[in-house]
Formats: sequence, C-alpha cells, structure tokens
Amino acid sequence: MIAAADLTVQRPRTLKQALQLLRDASAENQPLTPMAGGTDLFVTLNMGQRPSARYLDLWAIEKLRGVEATGKRGLVFGALATYTDCIESKAVHKRLPILVDAARQVGGVQIQNRGTLAGNIENGSPAADGVPVLMAADATVVLRSIDGERRVPLAAYYHGYRKTERRADELIVAVEVEVPDGTQRFDKVGTRAAQAISKVVMAAVGHRLAFGSVAPTVVRARALEAYVEAGGRDVAEAQRLALEDARPIDDVRSTAEYRRRVVANLVAAWLGGLDKPPRTR
Amino acid sequence: MKLKLHVNGAKHTVEVAPMKRLLDTLREDLALTGTKEGCGEGECGACTVLIDGAAVNACLVPTCQVEGAEVRTVEGLASDGRLHRLQRAFLDNGAAQCGICTPGMMMAALALPKKSSLEQIRAGLAGNLCRCTGYMKIYDAVAQFLAGEKR
Ligand SMILES: Cc1cc2nc3c(=O)[nH]c(=O)nc-3n(C[C@H](O)[C@H](O)[C@H](O)COP(=O)(O)OP(=O)(O)OC[C@H]3O[C@@H](n4cnc5c(N)ncnc54)[C@H](O)[C@@H]3O)c2cc1C
Ligand code: FES
Ligand code: FES
Repeated sequence: MIAAADLTVQRPRTLKQALQLLRDASAENQPLTPMAGGTDLFVTLNMGQRPSARYLDLWAIEKLRGVEATGKRGLVFGALATYTDCIESKAVHKRLPILVDAARQVGGVQIQNRGTLAGNIENGSPAADGVPVLMAADATVVLRSIDGERRVPLAAYYHGYRKTERRADELIVAVEVEVPDGTQRFDKVGTRAAQAISKVVMAAVGHRLAFGSVAPTVVRARALEAYVEAGGRDVAEAQRLALEDARPIDDVRSTAEYRRRVVANLVAAWLGGLDKPPRTR
Repeated sequence: MKLKLHVNGAKHTVEVAPMKRLLDTLREDLALTGTKEGCGEGECGACTVLIDGAAVNACLVPTCQVEGAEVRTVEGLASDGRLHRLQRAFLDNGAAQCGICTPGMMMAALALPKKSSLEQIRAGLAGNLCRCTGYMKIYDAVAQFLAGEKR
C-alpha cells in the first residue's frame, strides 16, 4: 500500500505540454518528477519512501516511444523505449547485440515490458545494466527543455552517486548511439541470471570498456582503454589499469575483494577475445 | 479522480487517486482479489496482470497509466463456471500448492509465444517466484497448455 492520495500526477499528451509543465513547476520551485515505466519509482514508493509528491507521467506521449535505426550504424532510442523494444528490434540485434543480452537479463519479462533505458540512465544506479552497454558504445543523452536541446555524452552524464547532468526543467527525450566498430561483449555477474542486481557488470565495444557496480557511478575504464588503444596486451598490466577506474566497495551484495577478482578475470577474458573478428548475428 | 478502465472485457469507472497502484485498484475498488501481492517490489510476480497483452507487475503500475488500455486478470480466465485450459493444465499437473503465485504464473504464461520451448517458458516465467510447488510442475503445466494451443 502506498499513500497515493498524497501524490499528484500530471499526464500531458505532447512533449511540448510536458516541457511547459516542467518549466512552470521549476519556476515555482516545485519541481515535478518525471515518470516512465515506474519500475524504479514504484519500488521506492512501495518501500514507504517518497522521492517526490508531484509526478509528471510521460507514458502517454506516443512520440517518445520506440527505437529507430539511422544511417549505417546509428540507433536512436526514444525516452520511452523499453527493454522489450530493444529485444524486439532487428536493428538493435544487428548493431548493438550486447544491448539485447543486457535487456534479456534485466528483471523478468514484467520489468522488461515497462522499464526504459532513459529511466535506467536517470535513476543513476551504479548497478544499472543498460548504462554500461550504452556508455561503452559512446551513447549521447539528448536533454530538452522548452528552450531547446543539448547533447551530453553518457560518459560525462554523472557527477557523483545518483547525481546527473539533468536540470529540473529538462527531460531526457532520446538516447543516440553511433555504434563504434569492434568486438562487443557483455558480462553480468550476479547471484542468479534473472531478477538479480548485479555484483559486477562489464560492457565492451571495441577498445571501449565500461563497468557497473564498481564505483559510485557506472564508469569507463579510461586508463585501460588508453593502454589497449596503444597496442598494450599484457594481462597483468591490463588488470592493474582496470582497477584504477574500477574501485569497488563492500556492500550488501558483495565484497570489494570479490569484485576486484571478477573485474580482473573479466578483463583477462576480454583481452583474449579482443583481436578476434566481431561477432555477427 | 475518475478513471475509465477496461478490465476482462468490462468497462468500469472508478474514483481513485491516479497514483494508486493498479494492484490496489483491482483488489479494493473492483473487488478482483485474484491478483495477489507477494513482495510489493516487482520481485515476485504474484501481482502479474496483462496490459494490452503484455505481462506487467500491478504493484509497480499507477492506475492512471492503464486508462484506455485492456487489462486482463486471473478472473478473466474461467467463463460460465468452466475453467480455462490453462487452469485445467495447472490442476492436471499439480502445479499449485498454496496458490499465492498461481494467478501471476498463469497470467505470465498467457503472454508466452504459442510455440515456446522449455527455455522460453523458463525465461518468460523468470519474474515469477514460487516458494512451495517447485518449478518443474509449473513448467509442465504451461508446456501442456501451449502444446494444446498448437492443435
Ligand atoms: C524486480 C526488478 C528488477 C530489476 N532488475 C534490474 C536489472 O536487472 N538491471 C537494471 O539495470 N535495472 C533493474 N531494475 C531497475 C529498473 O527496472 C530499471 O532501472 C529501469 O530501466 C527503470 O526504467 P523506468 O522507465 O521504469 O523508470 P522510472 O521508475 O519511471 O524512473 C526512474 C528514474 O528516472 C527518471 N526518469 C524516467 N524517465 C525520464 C526521462 N525521460 N527524463 C528524465 N528523467 C526520467 C525518473 O524521474 C526516476 O528518477 C529492476 C527493477 C525491479 C523492480
Ligand atoms: S507483489 Fe508485485 S511483484 Fe511481488
Ligand atoms: S504454490 Fe505457493 S508460492 Fe507457488
């Protein structure tokens, strides 16, 4: 049971109405909390917490749905694109197959049908599974306010634990990816394949590498990427460099020591497959 | 707030807070108590219903988001006192013990593609937890139902 009577929600039909409502609300210093599939928000509400009393429901804005292929290697995910949309998209299978792998491992079907990539990004959990894939693919977050749009690389989107680049009068309207060349790989290490929050996630596209659950935010492994880019292939050195960016802690799901070993093992496996031809489907 | 809902083929107008969970609206305002609450966190699937044919957790859906959509709950399965073939398959296979997970299991099973393999059945039901029956009998029941569907 949640105290639903204390919560207000606005349900705009168009993006323009939504952006105007956001602007008016933040001008009055009463910001609205955007809501998409609600799979993060309602867990919080069900636990008796109240992240906000005022919501802006995006679910009825048809224009924000779906996944689109652009050019030779582009993908544009609408703000309401769900994991199921990714699993069902031929273009995603072809261009960014590790996003399909990740989507299939998010929760169960019920969560996949409702959870959105934009929600996964904005929620800001360091344990998110969609975020590492998109970050390794150099995704760009498209933010829009009533005044206009700005594009922020996902790798620069987080300023700290659950702190994002978004201003209160902005929405994520899309996530854009020009999928870089190279072998793709996705590894989620958790207690159980389905329905479990990961202990370590690694996503790789070519030389680009992102880790989840090893720092206050999802992180790119910049030191290791530079080493590999320059031709470095020594496993021990690669593992050492990965741990410069991946700095896990002990928490309820796992220990720092275990996570460091998983990171090291995943890096070794990744290096071993790096110079093989990219996998096709 | 007045909301118009379509549930199991019938139209209803309910007076509820728009952020009220679909689970609570079904149980309290429409007296459809077949849909169960297990965890209230999206983990167990006991509250699974179909929205326009897709399985969702009713404990994570605000009622306002289903306005205009077709909601199907376990009460929509049997008709005229006759069990749905899926319910019959659960009975035949001993696929329920305490029964708390059963309505959600069946609604998730209904959303499976017709020719699902065992692998697909397992993936489709991965968001539904059962604490007593064990999963094999449940998979057997669903497989039997889907096999019948093919004929
Ligand atoms: C049982 C269960 C299992 C789960 N398993 C996984 C898992 O395996 N891996 C994983 O990564 N996650 C998992 N999750 C978490 C969750 O499903 C995902 O993070 C999902 O992608 C969130 O999307 P949503 O649309 O439901 O977000 P919502 O709950 O609607 O919103 C989440 C946050 O994003 C903001 N937001 C949403 N859309 C926008 C937008 N367009 N612009 C600006 N802000 C926005 C909201 O204000 C809120 O802060 C799980 C959740 C549950 C309940
Ligand atoms: S009660 Fe909704 S998933 Fe457990
Ligand atoms: S029959 Fe008791 S939880 Fe499944």
